[in-house]
Amino acid sequence: MSVLSAAFVTVFIATVIAQAMPLLLASVGETIGEQAGVLNLGIEGVMLIGAFSGFVVTLATGNFWLGMLAGAVGGVIANLAMLVLNVWLGLNQIVIGLAITLIGEGLTSVLYLQNYSKSSTSLGTAPELHIPFLADIPVVGPAIFQQSGIFWVSLLLAIAVGFFLAKTNWGLSIRSAGQKPSSLDAAGGSVVKIRSQAVILGGAFVGFGGAYLAELTTATFTPFITNGLGFIAIVITMLSRGRIVFVVITSFVYGLAVAIGPALQVLGFAVPADVIKMLPFIVVILTLIIFARSSVVPPALGAPYTRGAR
Amino acid sequence: MITEHSRARNIVDGLVRSILPVILALIVAGFIMLAMGSNPLDFFAGVWTYGITGGNWQRSLVLMAPLVIVAVGLIVAFRGQLWNLGYNGQYLLGAVVASGVGPYLFAALPAWLATLIIFVGAILVGAVWSLIPAILKARYGTNEIITSLVMSFIAVGIVNLLIKGPFKDPNTPMPQTAVIPDDQLLPYIPGTEIHVGFVIAIVLALVAQFVLSRTSFGLRMDIFGASPKAARHVGINSTWMVILLFALSSGLIAFAGSIDVLGQYTYQRANWDPHYGDAVMPFVFLARLSPLAAIPLVAFYAILATGGTLAAQQAGLNVDFLLVIVGLILIFMTITEYVGERRRLGQSYLPPGLRRTLVRPFDGMRGRKSS
Repeated sequence: MSVLSAAFVTVFIATVIAQAMPLLLASVGETIGEQAGVLNLGIEGVMLIGAFSGFVVTLATGNFWLGMLAGAVGGVIANLAMLVLNVWLGLNQIVIGLAITLIGEGLTSVLYLQNYSKSSTSLGTAPELHIPFLADIPVVGPAIFQQSGIFWVSLLLAIAVGFFLAKTNWGLSIRSAGQKPSSLDAAGGSVVKIRSQAVILGGAFVGFGGAYLAELTTATFTPFITNGLGFIAIVITMLSRGRIVFVVITSFVYGLAVAIGPALQVLGFAVPADVIKMLPFIVVILTLIIFARSSVVPPALGAPYTRGAR
Repeated sequence: MITEHSRARNIVDGLVRSILPVILALIVAGFIMLAMGSNPLDFFAGVWTYGITGGNWQRSLVLMAPLVIVAVGLIVAFRGQLWNLGYNGQYLLGAVVASGVGPYLFAALPAWLATLIIFVGAILVGAVWSLIPAILKARYGTNEIITSLVMSFIAVGIVNLLIKGPFKDPNTPMPQTAVIPDDQLLPYIPGTEIHVGFVIAIVLALVAQFVLSRTSFGLRMDIFGASPKAARHVGINSTWMVILLFALSSGLIAFAGSIDVLGQYTYQRANWDPHYGDAVMPFVFLARLSPLAAIPLVAFYAILATGGTLAAQQAGLNVDFLLVIVGLILIFMTITEYVGERRRLGQSYLPPGLRRTLVRPFDGMRGRKSS
């Protein structure tokens, strides 16, 4: 197949989008939490739980929108542990995050193998939304404008979060809870309330991202399907410094890094699967080395807020 | 009031806080098993049968060897408040030094010399691998959790490439390294089927305990961990400290990998990753970052894992259920810690008499003399 053939480019663009979207959604969720001062290391587990809930519901009902909703609900439920133990009780975020990751990995793997390992688990393809006129553009049309409606809703949600974080009072409260919680407290806001909202909303996005991965990217669930994607989301969040525009850009750079591997294989270069799996991580570590100084996190990140404590 | 917490009471307190979370986690895990339609009693009986009875306790001790060393490696980093979470990759790098380079070395050199070179090589590879996270942390304050994790994923990929490429055994179609012959593996402790790696691990833990609690280096580590700023004031070079602790931690974890291959596995398959670090993590915390206290806790996990692998299959579960148990232990550990702190600090505004009645309401009934 030639590099310039229309079908090849179309598939390539579609792959980039399919790989970038779960990461984008998860990073948006993590951004909300981190801006409010909650570093959620359990995001890998939350994604898996979201992916599994979405998979189960879509497999049972055949409805992709219900599956996405279930993924978001699953994410919120998984994040409740972080909410109660860290935001309310002030326990160590790193330890709880690891616990959520382990439980998410273990539970989804055990449940999947117990219930679904023997039957066909392909979800098929989600109904596509043909956008009039745009869908008819030769190469780009089928790749971008014939996506499922879920893609557009996801993109809109991400942009909405970016707007709310940057331009509204609520966003300001979120950011102050991460920058200087005591000032939010002094201004009459409640740090615990704001952080609770952030963790719940963040969980919904991360779960949504997990469901996107299972529903649209792979169309099935396998144990450990995220394979470190949650941790990449944390890196992207750190590098983006709370700006959703950068989250979107870096997520698509990641999508490119993943899509290049299979594309090279199609073109006849024998690239080992392990190299393809490593590539995004190498890109990430190189980015971290080059932009080491700009990976700034909110000052109160990781610190539980105790009123009156110094 | 100060003498209320005597030394003996502190030890009891510590024991309760270390063991209670494990018990609570096992109970909750039991209920989860029930909800999944498995019998938890079968599972726990299976853990006992396959983890301890017959000769199975020896298998548990063999598993302990790498676990204890990984635990010590984690403790070294955590004591300095450095979150080295790249343990999976570091372990596999150490393992592949033994399984990949090992067969060539054993063919050319006497076994003891080859073993020594493998161990040193594994430690060095682990230490060098940790340099990127360590330098980024020391120079720019980049979060080491992220960098070490990302490096771990890269290490896993490199190890797989090595096993499928240059280190692959040409005599088998499977992607795996050549099997190291029995007479070149670590010898057994006489009278048992436990390799000497177990002894090395225990000695290492004891040495680490001594260094951490009885030497000036241990003290400097603790000062650095408590406050890098304070450490600078007493003349500790924090850049050097970050790099050294990371190298030690990562080197030890890689060492565990090489010992595990030379003691137990004899070869390495591609895509194999035992995730020892994930499993050991809660017990390292429960041991209050003390290598000595980690030994019995790791022994507990070794039995749980050895017996649990078969027991889980019997109970109709997947081995990954162990991950759930470990996660639950972590959660209950933080909760227990929280309740413990509350009892000690949170109620201090109460008058002493009332406080004692509230905290220990049954003291009076036992007729103990109140001071």
